[in-house]
Amino acid sequence: MLAFRFLRALTLVHRTTPNSSNAARSRRIQRAAFASMAYSAGPRRAWSRALLCRFHFHRARRRCAGRSRTAGVPRRPSTTGSPADGLRRLVPGGTEMDYCSLLEETADYIRCLSKQVKLMQSIVDSVGPGGR
Amino acid sequence: MSSSRITDEQINDLLTKLQAVLPEAHLRSTDRVSAAKVLQDTCNYIRSLHREVDDLSERLSELLANNDINSAQAAIIRSLLR
Repeated sequence: MLAFRFLRALTLVHRTTPNSSNAARSRRIQRAAFASMAYSAGPRRAWSRALLCRFHFHRARRRCAGRSRTAGVPRRPSTTGSPADGLRRLVPGGTEMDYCSLLEETADYIRCLSKQVKLMQSIVDSVGPGGR
Repeated sequence: MSSSRITDEQINDLLTKLQAVLPEAHLRSTDRVSAAKVLQDTCNYIRSLHREVDDLSERLSELLANNDINSAQAAIIRSLLR
């Protein structure tokens, strides 16, 4: 399911950004990666719900406002604060969770993130030079 | 419903499960884990995964620019069916 969603998103990015810069396309691909993860996980997890909210909010805002940066993608946090605080900033929705939920959600988030990375790596390997 | 107190055992159990998804989990003991260490390792691992997504997005962007999408799709589907 993850592969199907991500491939569909990639095709869309390819079709709609023929003349964009590499940086712009790469940002859209990155957003597609997190969106695919969140849609595949569905609303059963707090982290995926947080990501889905962020994407819908961003889409609604974009209709009114101008261009924005990579909304929906987890931001790079500062390195101050306790490790638990650091983790809360890294996991989508982490600032809203109690400690136990944070630990559970983090484990699931890491599992899904690893799968996404593996998928992207295998696509790069198969499309890249020598992958035909 | 009375509020249940979270025990240290429950926290330790969750921390152990979290440690199990980190790389090189098999090298670590399953005794009582240090919360600070697990959280720090977890943060580092998530940051590295985010960086990988960034890098792979850039590479995919270049590949999409240089490749015909149909042959790219065919190659991807072949690799997923393997």
